Amino acid sequence: MDAATVLIQAMNGIQYGLLLFLVASGLTLIFGIMGVINIAHGSFYMIGAYLAWSLMGWVGSFWIGLIVGVTVALLLGLVLEWLFIRFLYDRDHLQQVLVTYGLILIFSELRSMIWGDDVHSVPIPELLSGSIQLTENLAYPIYRLWLSGVCIVIAILMFLGIQHTRLGMMIRAGESDREMTKSLGINIGLVYRFIFALGVSLAAFSGMISAPISSVFPGMGSQVLIVSFVVVVIGGLGSIKGAMIAALLVGLIDTFGKVIHLDIFGVNIFPEMSGMSIFALMALILMLRPQGLFGREH
Amino acid sequence: MSISNRREFMAGASALAGLSFLSLAGCNKTNNAIRVGFMLPYTGTYAKLGTAIENGFRLALADLGEKPYGKSIDFFTVDDESNPAKATDYANKIMTRDNVDVVIGTVHSGVAMGMIKVAKETGTLVIIPNAGANAATGSMCAPNVFRTSFSNWQPTHPLGKVMVENGHKKSVFVTWKYGAGEEALGSFREGFEAAGGEVIKELFVPFPNVEFQAILTEIASLKPDAVACFFAGGGAVKFVKDYAAAGLKSSIPLYGSGFLTEGVLEAQGEAAEGIITTLHYADGLQNVKNLEFREAYRTAYNEEADVYAVQGYDAGLLLIKALKETSGDLSQKTRAIKAMEDAEIDSPRGLWRMSKFHNPIQNFYTLRVENGINTVIGTAWENLEDPGVGCSL
Repeated sequence: MDAATVLIQAMNGIQYGLLLFLVASGLTLIFGIMGVINIAHGSFYMIGAYLAWSLMGWVGSFWIGLIVGVTVALLLGLVLEWLFIRFLYDRDHLQQVLVTYGLILIFSELRSMIWGDDVHSVPIPELLSGSIQLTENLAYPIYRLWLSGVCIVIAILMFLGIQHTRLGMMIRAGESDREMTKSLGINIGLVYRFIFALGVSLAAFSGMISAPISSVFPGMGSQVLIVSFVVVVIGGLGSIKGAMIAALLVGLIDTFGKVIHLDIFGVNIFPEMSGMSIFALMALILMLRPQGLFGREH
Repeated sequence: MSISNRREFMAGASALAGLSFLSLAGCNKTNNAIRVGFMLPYTGTYAKLGTAIENGFRLALADLGEKPYGKSIDFFTVDDESNPAKATDYANKIMTRDNVDVVIGTVHSGVAMGMIKVAKETGTLVIIPNAGANAATGSMCAPNVFRTSFSNWQPTHPLGKVMVENGHKKSVFVTWKYGAGEEALGSFREGFEAAGGEVIKELFVPFPNVEFQAILTEIASLKPDAVACFFAGGGAVKFVKDYAAAGLKSSIPLYGSGFLTEGVLEAQGEAAEGIITTLHYADGLQNVKNLEFREAYRTAYNEEADVYAVQGYDAGLLLIKALKETSGDLSQKTRAIKAMEDAEIDSPRGLWRMSKFHNPIQNFYTLRVENGINTVIGTAWENLEDPGVGCSL
């Protein structure tokens, strides 16, 4: 592998990592801050992608579709929190898993009824449809670069929002002591409803903006769910910074794991076992730092 | 759809209740019904395939009329969810409890393997309308197990020859790291090397991961004459689109097993133009049988037929051979099996016959995507027979 290829692969890894961060960010909020294991996170991602596809058909513009889609997801999140999730805060994780697993089944069936089981694709918006020639035979789609930019902007907004705003302060207060926060007169129920809706719309938003490069298909939600959990666990519960670093790590390891050749004691590690690499990383980090890279000990 | 299935299920359940009474009286089966079981995915990623197969199958049987050989045909349905962990349970349910004469199933290879294990014990006739695992008509083969689709060995075997004929001697093969992908790679390598080609690198993506950017960068730096691949469904759409977006399409032609472009061309759009694949069927095959079949399918279901519908249809045609031979009495198993082994099927895909190992000996066509349609540009291999490795039938 020459230097140029290594650089391009590193860029691929970072770009994939940023996308993983975006997908996992909603989960970090819901799982890390509210303590709710939401395994329906992947379903919201899938709904986002299907929304992007059908809104493209109705309104004809990716950008208007994006705004409408995020609004729909936000409302969906508010309704779901009111209907189901608010009863789960004091329950144990098993019951949370059961309820959100139920949501997976419901959304998968609804998806089948509304949109069918076909594979679809969303065209890349005109404005970003070009590509940059990297080597004599390899080009890089501009859309992917734009995607990375969006991920970085969202990361910064989330970080600032949680660390430096009044709402962020309430969220952090609720995270460390729910009862005390409540007794200080903060309507923590409302704050949580908002965070859940935000988590849902982040998942749907990432589904929508990934749709043009990932295609839209029934099983797409379960794919991102697992890797999102890996990112959140490695990064540490509730830590935006942790999720970002974990996502980049996972992106780079996944990318290089597919293309480099590595034998240890005559056993082929890469690429033979590249499918396992990110889980091995997670196991290693859990062994050394059970709370994750940037998680606080509870 | 699901309501009618439920109704059939209830009918089946009540028939079963009557049956257990009869068995007390020393009679195993009612003689006035042909019991057909569908063990197919009706939910999940492969739901559409399951429905297409059942539709095709029912279309074939429609030619028999209401009461063939004075018997009614009772249908039993189980949704296998494409879940290998539940395969044995579902197979037992339909073969033992519903006591069907023949099972039509299934799509997922892992589920098919579990199903065959049960069928080997019960001796129930099985017709596989899709699952491609080589072992089904290889190391796991059985007298009562037939396949009307393909073995994973088949679709990529002729591909190498086509590529060398087009002047591409050095290639990279890309697939998911899972059973079907590795079987496709194995047979591609055989065929490609026999034709004088060389696979300079195999690249794998963990199943069902669809992040291909690293692989595409690697391909660009390797500069092969062409790339061959095995992907299907959502992964196929994404790979084809990413391949084109990376600008590789113009300098390194993309080849694949026919499943790369089957049923997903619309989603792939412009990116799929010019891709060459090999498959045992094409929508645009210009033979009378295919035109008639497509017309009948369109009339019956208000939908276009695909390769899965054809495989289901042929499963029906195969069963009809057995019914004819036994006058509708499938309990004469030896005669039924003999008839199916000797079968020549006049299929929409062209005439094919059963191999010694119960897998179709069939033509493979070379297809090229032209204006969003898989167009037949030639026959890649006539009467291709799976070697049935490990089968001693």
